[in-house]
Amino acid sequence: MKLTLKIWRQKNKDSKGEFKVYPIDGIEGDMSFLEMLDILNEQLINNNEEPVHFDHDCREGICGTCSLQINGQPHGPDRLTTTCHLHMRSFSDGDTIVIEPFRATAFPVIRDLVVDRSSFERIQQAGGYVSVNTSGNTIDANAIPVNKHDADESFNSAACIGCGACVAACKNASAMLFTSAKISQYSLLPQGKIEATERVLNMVRQMDEEGFGNCTNTGACEIECPKGITLVNIARMNREYTAASLKKPLSNSWS
Amino acid sequence: MAILTSSIARKVAMALSGLFLVFFLLQHMVVNLTAVINPETYNSLSHFMGNDGFVQFLLQPILMFGFIFHIVMGIVLEIRNNNARKIKYNTYKGNRNSSWMSRNMIVTGIMILLFLGLHLYDFWFPEINYKYIETNPLDLERYYPHLLDKFADPVRTGIYCLAFIFLMLHLWHGFSSAFQSLGWNNKYSRAIRGFTRFYAVAVPFGFIFIALYLYLIQ
Repeated sequence: MKLTLKIWRQKNKDSKGEFKVYPIDGIEGDMSFLEMLDILNEQLINNNEEPVHFDHDCREGICGTCSLQINGQPHGPDRLTTTCHLHMRSFSDGDTIVIEPFRATAFPVIRDLVVDRSSFERIQQAGGYVSVNTSGNTIDANAIPVNKHDADESFNSAACIGCGACVAACKNASAMLFTSAKISQYSLLPQGKIEATERVLNMVRQMDEEGFGNCTNTGACEIECPKGITLVNIARMNREYTAASLKKPLSNSWS
Repeated sequence: MAILTSSIARKVAMALSGLFLVFFLLQHMVVNLTAVINPETYNSLSHFMGNDGFVQFLLQPILMFGFIFHIVMGIVLEIRNNNARKIKYNTYKGNRNSSWMSRNMIVTGIMILLFLGLHLYDFWFPEINYKYIETNPLDLERYYPHLLDKFADPVRTGIYCLAFIFLMLHLWHGFSSAFQSLGWNNKYSRAIRGFTRFYAVAVPFGFIFIALYLYLIQ
């Protein structure tokens, strides 16, 4: 397969980037998108050129490290697929593929196609956990009854790999799908209910501080999410946030 | 105030003001329909709304606040959303994952705002002028002729009809979206979406029908 790649090149965070065009040949349909980039980079290194920097780690679709806006879609044209699982058979011979980094003010480009997604980490740190003492007192997981539906729903939310495709797809670069998944996975379980009020308020505050946009319910995020996280999560977060905002002033906490 | 800073509070406020305006639209269309059915009813309803203290000094200010809030908040959100992605994509395939209506609420919103300017110029300012500036005597029969006079103009009738199309596009996304913003996404959501989309088409068509009717009978 012969392709033309139009790739965003940017030396560092502060430099001005630009698109560069690279022709590439000998691509097989069975290759993954990242393998195709590996081949390009080998060629670039052989020609004494700087290879294209891109994020990748597990290449199994579970770590959330790979990104890339491919032909205007995060993780490319296939549904429920990360870039590392995207096969080159999704493209045709002679295609021009535009490869850009995820664009958001809260995801600054570090180099070429690599973006800094530590804003997601800070949202998690603001409340995406349950406080448990694990020093020798671990309770059996089945000691607290959870109904099947809630357990499944919670698991579906927990499937979020935090790749940032929702932000990349959203016309407002909103992180509400990510944040709502991280809130939902706990809010559905009894262990998470204890800190629910603080969690939703803190995580949403952090999300706003990072400079993500507002959700306008276009639904682009749930279509592009490689893990099938749905808008039901955002609705749940809206409910929880509204309830928590009303409840907080009445509580006894000093914070 | 959380409403000025938090993204979700703004979203909820946008939804609530939007639902209020959606309800107002239905009320407005029903009153307008009386102009088609019986001009006398239209005259007396217009007189009631223009002179009743409760409507004038309680409901009207609430309505104005609802409009201004929805418009200002919409613009504030749009600015913030634009800042959330300062460098735009070279290639962006929005239609692959979302509807045109959902992505262009600001466009349809501004078109409706422009129309609102014309609409106030046509009906609200002359009314205020008649009652409070020129302080003319009460005339129970003047409303319907004023309405007919405005819709005798084909250009104005056309602009009104076009504005109602934009209203339809705005409601198509906005009405059902309000339920999602308020956290209503459950087994009833399909039914709600069906109802809101029927409403989004039916109400603007009602307005278009009235405008065309008034134009065509002259």
